[in-house]
Amino acid sequence: MERKYINRHSLMNCLKKVQADGVSLYAPVARGEQTDFRFITSVDEISFGHIQTTRSAKAVVFPCTEKLFSYKKEKNDVKLRDYDADELPDILVFGIHPCDAVGFGPLAGIFNWDTQDKPYNERRKRITLISLACNRADEYCFCTSVGGGPGNTEGSDIQLTPVKEDGYLVEIITDKGNEWYEKYGSFFENAAEDIRKEDYLVEIPVKFDMEDIIRKVSGVFENDTWRLQSERCIGCGACAFVCPTCACFDIQEDAHGKTGNRIRCWDSCGFALFTLHTSGHNPRPKQSQRWRQRIMHKFSYMPERLSVVGCTGCGRCSRACPVDMNLSDNLKMLNLL
Amino acid sequence: MNDIISQARSLLENKTVDIFIGYEKGTRGPRPAFISKSEDADKLIFDESCSGNLAVYLTRKDLTEGKKVGISASYYALKNLALLFDECQLKEENLRVIAFSGNGDLKLLQSAEEIKQHVEGMPAPVNPAVEEQIRKIEAMTLSERWAFWTEELSRCFKCYACRWACPMCYCTKCIVEVNRPQWVQPWAGTLTNIEWQINRVMHMAGRCSECGACGAACPLGIPIYLLNKRMADQVKENFGKPGEEGNVLSTFKPDDKENFIV
Amino acid sequence: MNNIYLPYLMTIEKITEEAPGVKTFRLKFKDEGEAQAFRFKAGQFAEYSSFGEGECTFCIASSPTREGYVECTFREAGKVTSALTKMEEGQTMGFRGPFGNTFPMDEWKGKNLLFIAGGIALPPMRCVIWNALDTRDNFKNIQILYGAKSVADLVYKHELKEWEDRPDVKFTVTVDPGGETPDWKGEIGFIPSVLEKLAPSAENTIAIVCGPPIMIKLSFPVLDKLGFKPENIYTTLENRMKCGVGKCGRCNVGKMYVCKDGPVFSKEQLDTLPPEY
Repeated sequence: MERKYINRHSLMNCLKKVQADGVSLYAPVARGEQTDFRFITSVDEISFGHIQTTRSAKAVVFPCTEKLFSYKKEKNDVKLRDYDADELPDILVFGIHPCDAVGFGPLAGIFNWDTQDKPYNERRKRITLISLACNRADEYCFCTSVGGGPGNTEGSDIQLTPVKEDGYLVEIITDKGNEWYEKYGSFFENAAEDIRKEDYLVEIPVKFDMEDIIRKVSGVFENDTWRLQSERCIGCGACAFVCPTCACFDIQEDAHGKTGNRIRCWDSCGFALFTLHTSGHNPRPKQSQRWRQRIMHKFSYMPERLSVVGCTGCGRCSRACPVDMNLSDNLKMLNLL
Repeated sequence: MNDIISQARSLLENKTVDIFIGYEKGTRGPRPAFISKSEDADKLIFDESCSGNLAVYLTRKDLTEGKKVGISASYYALKNLALLFDECQLKEENLRVIAFSGNGDLKLLQSAEEIKQHVEGMPAPVNPAVEEQIRKIEAMTLSERWAFWTEELSRCFKCYACRWACPMCYCTKCIVEVNRPQWVQPWAGTLTNIEWQINRVMHMAGRCSECGACGAACPLGIPIYLLNKRMADQVKENFGKPGEEGNVLSTFKPDDKENFIV
Repeated sequence: MNNIYLPYLMTIEKITEEAPGVKTFRLKFKDEGEAQAFRFKAGQFAEYSSFGEGECTFCIASSPTREGYVECTFREAGKVTSALTKMEEGQTMGFRGPFGNTFPMDEWKGKNLLFIAGGIALPPMRCVIWNALDTRDNFKNIQILYGAKSVADLVYKHELKEWEDRPDVKFTVTVDPGGETPDWKGEIGFIPSVLEKLAPSAENTIAIVCGPPIMIKLSFPVLDKLGFKPENIYTTLENRMKCGVGKCGRCNVGKMYVCKDGPVFSKEQLDTLPPEY
């Protein structure tokens, strides 16, 4: 892995150049008390001061609402227009934390399980990920408990670690990162040999043993703890929608007379009607069963079926929850069973 | 503090209630707690910081069906209890309510009438920030207002936290989920989000306690509460306080004005 | 990369009214190349769409031995099925599939087959029945027990007659008490009790059971009493689906996805799954 150095001023100039080259920039932007990812028009909009964005960066590969194809009805005939990948821009995702970069792994697991999902893959291959290692965290962060860490490079093409007031240690991790570096290398300097990345990372305490959790959760389908934990859950989709790995979706019809689009939009296993049959039968009629599904999916089904844990420890679900369903606390409780 | 613990404990010990819905210490502030064993009552707290609206849980069948429930209720939760009684969603014999009384002591309320009288005598919490925001929006031109709400609601991703946090949103199938016909397009998008929130506001007309739970629940910080607050003010201005003569949009009276229909 | 959400275009070649609210569509590929390349096996399902209304999940009700078309049978129930009901012969609809696993018919060679179906659950079984009858030499005795609420609710009425008349099929049809007509010649009674009365031998026999949950629930103990081992009993599960390809997240029963690991499950497998169906 190649190490470089860049100061803030050069970094901003570099990003400006990227933008001038026609690449869309997706980055965290502060808005009131919150910071959130969006496509930016000016690099001055980028936030560096936040601990965590409200939403994860997953919308960049899995938009909240996405057209899968269009149709046009002509008498008895129908003409289809396939998903148009040519319209997709090249995107540089800048300033995600390691917990978000690693989240693209579980998403790939879901969207490429046996069959490949074209919209996901077409977007993903146009994306370069530059992550920012963490020098701050809060009590909701638990990446170190799920195999990650504040300086984890997995999933990132390039990672920056803030090492001085205005400078970053740069690690070039993947071939894609290398290609990118070759294009924009002039903005970078060589890194001093004595910069030790770990000196600049925040310490995030390990809250539980993930292997234990996976073993435990897989064996407790019938347990009153699910009910006790879920009593205060109001059944909204906030946790799922801010999560970097939740990928449940609905398919809907956006009809306009003779023409229309088939649409994919976010959905959540926590919603009461998610599994409701037309007959009125619901395999998961209670919130406790839906809460169990959420935890089991992430910590039992995904590890077993896709060989990847469905949680990156970003803590967003717990921050976003209107009733404080703190995930790491609940996992710790499950581990005590 | 001891008071809520001892009151809840005695309700549970006497089997007056099967479950007590209150607050416990959470990650950063109080969070809802469900106590069914009297020995667990000592984790309960109830003070000014417990300003959420626990009334939302009373219509949740998987939690409360067939059970006698005790609840600690803040000002707005009490208002919602009164509204839920008006809409025949609660049974007096199954409910015990612990509320603050004027001197800071706790008071046990057992009937809809008691709840209504009690909340009538309580001062409404003031929220100058909300008043200020409303003044700001009122000062905008129509196109500025449209721009403001379009920008705000374009961020909505339809997690429905606003709906689920609202004690008055107890429908098992919401208008946004009905698909024959599909009134509101269910995916997120600026226009469909605006449709959804307009629908919600209309359904809340004359039924809103103005608790602000919808806005507090929004993970994206969209000030949707302002829409409901403004609607509640308009309803009061034009039709009087909610509950006085039944709900504005669901009560028919022979002498209702009909001249707007034709 | 192919777009797994882009349906094939199919012409509705023939519509058959089966029972009140129940129709069968025979669909033909509009594109000859797609028709030639298309293969499926008994037990698989598909996503059928009415453009402008959306998609709906049903099994493929025709047998893979009958080439050149696929058939589906559905009851008008929700938004999409109501729209499909209004469609006419010659119109175009969408079809994505085949999805899911298949009945292990190769493993069943040389065995007796016992089909037990209730109501609108005959379509998934009809596919297997015709597959077995079209390759009759592969199997020993074939017995079919079919029941519905009333005589009017029986589907595939012409085919029932055909099966009844075949000397190489033992066929029993029943309707729930009160569902009979004055000239009804079949059995009267619920499937589990008729099954008990028929008492088919479990020896070298595979039982395939499809029906409403209550019918399945009450038929399993009867089969157990008759000596059928869990590994020799098969059924198909239905759960709400959107994608059909293991991504949308709603059809799983525990760790198993009905759309990928199913819809065909043996009772032996079902016994290891949580009751999420």
